[in-house]
Formats: sequence, structure tokens, C-alpha cells
Amino acid sequence: MSADLSDLYQQVILDHNKRPRNRGKLPTANRVAHGDNPSCGDQCSVYLRLDGDRIAEISFDGSGCAISQASASLMTTQLKGKTAAEAEKLFGEFHDIVTTGEAPDEISDLAAFAGVHAFPARIKCATLGWHAALNALKNDPSTTTTESHTD
Amino acid sequence: MPSWPNVRADFPTLHQQVHGKPLVYLDNAATAQKPQVVIDTLSRFYERDNANVHRGLHALSMRATDAYEGARARVAKFINAADPAEIVFTRGTTESINLVAASWGAANLKPGDVILLTEMEHHSNLVPWQLIAQRTGATLRFVPIAGANAEGGLDLSHLDELLSPEVKVFAFAHVSNTLGTINPAAELCARARARGIVTVIDGAQSIGHLPVDVRALGCDFFAFSGHKMAGPTGIGALYGRQKLLDAMPPYQGGGGMIAQVEYLSSRWKPSPERFEAGTPNFADATALAAACDYLDALGRPEIARHDTALAQLACEKLSVLPGIRLLGPHAGHDRSGVVSFAFEGVHAHDVVTFADEDGIALRGGHHCNQPLMKKLGLTSTTRASFYVYNTEEEIDTLVTSMRRILKFFGTA
Repeated sequence: MSADLSDLYQQVILDHNKRPRNRGKLPTANRVAHGDNPSCGDQCSVYLRLDGDRIAEISFDGSGCAISQASASLMTTQLKGKTAAEAEKLFGEFHDIVTTGEAPDEISDLAAFAGVHAFPARIKCATLGWHAALNALKNDPSTTTTESHTD
Repeated sequence: MPSWPNVRADFPTLHQQVHGKPLVYLDNAATAQKPQVVIDTLSRFYERDNANVHRGLHALSMRATDAYEGARARVAKFINAADPAEIVFTRGTTESINLVAASWGAANLKPGDVILLTEMEHHSNLVPWQLIAQRTGATLRFVPIAGANAEGGLDLSHLDELLSPEVKVFAFAHVSNTLGTINPAAELCARARARGIVTVIDGAQSIGHLPVDVRALGCDFFAFSGHKMAGPTGIGALYGRQKLLDAMPPYQGGGGMIAQVEYLSSRWKPSPERFEAGTPNFADATALAAACDYLDALGRPEIARHDTALAQLACEKLSVLPGIRLLGPHAGHDRSGVVSFAFEGVHAHDVVTFADEDGIALRGGHHCNQPLMKKLGLTSTTRASFYVYNTEEEIDTLVTSMRRILKFFGTA
């Protein structure tokens, strides 16, 4: 397998795709948002229980390619317990990782997605769940899509 | 002169490497590669004969007009239309169907009328009808598919009821771009015609792959694109019975389709010019005619046999892969060279990305069949589609790649 492809489908990603964390609806959710990329069939719903401005609980549901589902799963493990401001900062880091391929010094599991930058067509798969999560935090009911995103 | 043993040599695009592997191009339902003669025809037109058609009286204009109208006659012959006047050049299948829906539809549909379609239609033979239904107050009805994997094709058991008196038009795909189903087009047209229902065939996937004889099919309209039949992009045609075309209002207005223009009103030309507003795509029309010649030299019955044999072999070899769900006709049944499938644990996009690494061009997604996918309980499938230059060895390469993917994702 090429170095690029094995970078894209790292063990972390395969693991999250096969054994997603925090998957399912959240009955106690007070924020819900949906992401949909109709042209490729990736869908992601994000459920939050906000306690003040802290994400007390988070889950996701959906279907789609390994990149989109693994990204959403990993995201839930990263966002649990964070404030809205911290979540936005983490998204900024994630966005940089997938678009530049460079991970910051404090290595978190998010670095596993650095390989996405070599496959620009798949960046929108990786960021779909995050955009849904941000909409949920902002209490924005519109269904988000990353289809037209070129970054 | 093309010949089967040398077909691959005719297509320059095939002779390249992708990620260090020989290109295995299996995305022909999306678009086909072009033989050198088609590319050369286009180049030579621009090099020698280029001028605007129809209104010029100089040498190049007359040569260009002859080439364009010659292409019209060639296309008419390709589908056995009664007259070149029954061929309207368009941008492709989608524009052709939009033309019928907007022009014939606007003049003939009213509230209470029904537009009959099928559950396997490509968006281009669905959305134009949704638009005209909204504008005219007509409603849509669908012939259902049969079988959990649509292996039964169209369920025709209630066709007589579906073709009720309210139905004014029946539009359907000759060949499904996702399922590979070849619909019994002549029979469907006959049964509709017997009830005075106008028929529209989406021929995008059949035109370059099967012999098409619009008079034998008995359809009123037939729409197709050049680029899927080894011709250039940006050109296709709408075949329409002369009587129907002549009664239809214009689709687009402008130069070329008018007989006379005053400031406040104009008179239209007869068809086909009535439906060709603006400067036509004359250069690509000449290349389309070259594609007709190329395919007829190979022989379209032979092409059909070649595509079907490859599709059936692919189905046979893919069917043993664990967790695979194959769509469309079962082995041993007639199908075109389109094979769609889904793996239980691996999304189509991941399949297509891995296959690309092996040099294989596949397509993953809903293939412009969102309602069909939903009906089949799928969000996406992987599609391999074959054409004249594909080989049995390429099927082996495909299957090996699929095995590798299943192993990697831990589902094999």
C-alpha cells in the first residue's frame, strides 16, 4: 500500500470506524444538529447535552465512509467535557491538520487525520461531523454540508 | 478500420499509469474514452473547416454547414430515424429530456394529467418531470422495481393499471445506469402507444452499447449523449417524431430558430431548427458522427455481446466476495455492462479510493439515483462499468483489489 493511503487509513481511523465511540442518540440531549453530504452519502447527526457552556455529554449517529464516521467518533472523545470555546479551538486545530497535514506538538489522536490532506476530495468527509457539532453548539438548526468546501 | 483485437490501441487515454499501475478504466457509465479518430475529427475540423454554419455564403461556412448537417444525417441513420429533421442536436441527454418536458410538457399537460416514470430513473429523467409537473399541475407516478436488489427489473404485473387514461406521457430508461437492467423498451412503447400515451426513452446508457432503432422501438422521443458513446462531451441529441416536434413550442429563443423577427414578435422555423437556438455545437457534432462510424465498424450487436459477457463475468467473480450485495439482474439474465455492488462493512467511497490506488477507475455514490438507493436501503454503491476496450484480465485486477480492501477493513 502506498505511504499516502496508509497514512490516510491509519489504525486509529480503522479502529474508530470499526468500533465507534459514543455512537447513538442521546436521550438527554439539549442540542442536536445534522450534517449531510448528499452527493457522497455521508450523514452525521451530533447530539449534545450542554451544562452551562460545557459539553457534558456528546454522541453521534450516521452513516458514511470510514473517514467521516471515524472522524465523528474521534471528535466525540475529544469534545466531551470541553467548553464551547475549547471546542471551536479544537476544530481549528483539526481543520489545520487535515488541510496542511501537519499536527501540533501536543500529539492527540486528531493527528491521525493528517493523512487526509493528501486526498483533498476527502477533507469534506473528515470535517462533516465537526461542522454539525459546531452548529449544535450555536443552536443552529440548519443541516450543515461540507460538499462545497474546498478547504 | 477498427477491429476487435486492436481496439485498445485506438484509445490513447488508456495507455497511462495511475499510481504506478496500468490504468484500468471501469467508469464508462460516467463517460467513455475516445478513439483517436474522434479526437482527430474534432481537431481537423478546427484546423481546416471551422466557420459558423447556416448563414454564411463563403467556402468555409458551406463546408462547416455540410459537415454539421452531414452529422445530423449520420446520427439519424445511427438510430434509424425516418428523417434527419427528426434529430435535434442538444448538449446531451439531460438537455434533451428537459426540452421535451418543458416544451411538449407545457403544451400538453394540465391538472389531473399523470406523467408515468419508473423507480429506477436517473435524476435527469426525473427532475425535469418534477419541474413541469409543478408548473402544469400534472402528477408523477412510478412503475415499481421488482426484488430486494432490483434483480427483477421493472415490475410490469400492474402496467395496464398504471397506464390509466390520465397518463399522457411515459418516460423510462432504456438501460439503468446503476442496475445494468435492460428494459423491454419496444414492449413498453407498444403498450403505451396503444393507449395514445407519448413515450420518452432515456437512451444515455444504451446508445453506444446496444443497437438502437427508434422506429423498431416505436418511441416518440429518444434522448442521448455523445460522451458515453465514445463521442465528445457537450453534444447529444433528441430524436422526436416529426409530427410531435412540429407541434411543440420553442424551448429556447434566439438566433437560428426564427423564420422572421419583429420587435414585438417572431415566427419560428420548423423543427429541428426551432429547437436549436444560438450557434450550434457544430464542431462536436462532426466528432459525434465519427463516433457513430467507429462504433458501427465494430458492430453494435458485437459491442452488446462484449459488454454483457464482461458484466456477467464480473458478477460471477464478485459474487463470492464476503458481505457483497450485487444489484440488478442475476447471472444468466440479460444485462448491460454496468455492475453495482455494496459491501457490508465498507463504504463505497473507501472502496473507490483504494481501487484508485490500484489504478482502477470506479465510481462510488448514489449515481444520480438517490430515490432508487433509498428504496434499496442503501446510501451508496460502488459501480464498475465496461466498454469496448475492457478485458477479462481487468476484471481479475478488479476482484484482486476488492479482496485487498475487504482484508484491510477486516471484513474478509
